[in-house]
Amino acid sequence: MSQMTIHLKIWRQAGPDVKGAFENHTLDTVNEHMSFLEMLDVLNEELVVAGKEPFEFDYDCREGICGSCNLVINGRAHGPKRLTAACQLHMRNFKDGDSIVIEPARAAAFPVIKDLVVDRSAFDRIIAAGGYITVRTGSAPEANSIPVELEDSTFSFDYAACIGCGACVAACPNSSASLFTAAKLSHLNRLPQGEPEREKRVIAMVEQMEKEGFGDCSNFGECEAVCPKGISIASIAEMRRNYVKATIAG
Amino acid sequence: MPSLLKALSSQVGRKLLTGLTGVALIVFIVVHLVGNLTLFGPPDAFNTYAYKLHSLGPLLWIAEIGLVAVFAIHSYIGLSIWWNRRRARPQKYHVYSSKGAPSRQSLSSKTMAFTGVVMLIFIVFHVRAFKYGETTMTSIPGVDYPVKDLKALVITSFLDPVMAFAYTFVMMLLGAHLGHGIWSAMISLTLSNPQRSAAVYTAGTIIAVLLSVGFLFIPLYIYFTGGQGALIQY
Ligand code: HEM
Ligand code: SF4
Ligand code: FES
Repeated sequence: MSQMTIHLKIWRQAGPDVKGAFENHTLDTVNEHMSFLEMLDVLNEELVVAGKEPFEFDYDCREGICGSCNLVINGRAHGPKRLTAACQLHMRNFKDGDSIVIEPARAAAFPVIKDLVVDRSAFDRIIAAGGYITVRTGSAPEANSIPVELEDSTFSFDYAACIGCGACVAACPNSSASLFTAAKLSHLNRLPQGEPEREKRVIAMVEQMEKEGFGDCSNFGECEAVCPKGISIASIAEMRRNYVKATIAG
Repeated sequence: MPSLLKALSSQVGRKLLTGLTGVALIVFIVVHLVGNLTLFGPPDAFNTYAYKLHSLGPLLWIAEIGLVAVFAIHSYIGLSIWWNRRRARPQKYHVYSSKGAPSRQSLSSKTMAFTGVVMLIFIVFHVRAFKYGETTMTSIPGVDYPVKDLKALVITSFLDPVMAFAYTFVMMLLGAHLGHGIWSAMISLTLSNPQRSAAVYTAGTIIAVLLSVGFLFIPLYIYFTGGQGALIQY
């Protein structure tokens, strides 16, 4: 197992309204099997031992399903590897002696809370605006009572894979949240369960996305390239189509 | 549900409008190109085409006003999208780079505003030179009074190297604009099948190159043949 030396340049920011700056650190004990977040754990341990403040970064599952980790690594959301969340990224993707710049996702709608942690509650508000279905509460309904075409369930599932990490916003040159919003819409719109609110949903979520201060979409497609779940930009076209239908039906 | 005006000014509406106006402009330039290529047809084809177009009278004015409106809407929304990104990301990245395919960040997509603005400036000079420019008069079959000799105007204009190469340059920018533009309009307006995305992008690039080459062939051909090439009949 080979040891690597990694030079880190990490964003340090004490709070939302203070100015941040980069801090340089060198780690000599990185090994290729570490995940990117484990590498940061090691750094933080060293900092704590030395009586310094560790870097705040967001994580929960560390297996690519929760969407908490959202680091911009050398200018790319979630780092160099496609279809991989930062927590699933191994240090073997870097070389001995590499320099790595780590920044938080930068967008007006994602204010920095501390260091690398940003406030992504704008996403929650987009979901709250329309990303729900209406069902009778109580005992769980019988799963097979509503038939769903295989094509529709597959379509829906492809988009349900979105973990809300915000990499699409972080990487978009315009800071647009179109991919996230479109994924949530495509997830629900084709299912019979999502049908009753279909039109209301698309209008409300698009409105909320704009209200949160995300930018316009220029179809750059960078979102699809950084998305750890491979959500396709075609969902954005689907969102626009549904928006037109909902407006006409209005 | 939102009013039509509100819907059109939403982020989705704005994008539909850039897409629709973009497609309208493509239809316009295809017609324009077909018209231009009559330069290589029978001796009177180009002037006859121009004459017929002008004799449409009020119909032509309506089309021209429509075209100006389409240009205005397209440019205004396109440039505002480009401008607004500053507000959505006040603090820039220290390092930023694209993750590569399937990203469509390219020279073409990153320079949409630049190529657009250059084209807009170009159009002002272009209209002044060819629509309102001084011409000699000539005659065409079936018309018993003199008509503008636009063919001569075009040919003498492109014998000037500055004109010929400036046009060629701008037409290359048109190709660059459409390299991203055609694909982008499809995403704005229709395409929602992930499997077709790559094919649509490639088709868009090919159409962009064809249109660009179609236009820039004319000034280059005239310049390098001194207007005496076999393709132009007098
Ligand atoms: C013959 C001329 C033109 C044609 C055929 C054309 C075509 C297109 C097309 C098809 C698109 C893609 C639309 C979409 O994303 O949905 C586009 C985008 C764009 N156009 Fe044009 N365009 C022309 C002139 C202009 C001019 C004069 C300007 C500005 C001064 C301009 C600025 C833009 C910008 C900034 C975008 C990108 C919008 C975005 O970021 O979403 N274009 N154009
Ligand atoms: S669409 Fe992809 S990149 Fe965007 S929030 Fe969902 S999982 Fe993350
Ligand atoms: S920590 Fe859960 S996706 Fe990375």
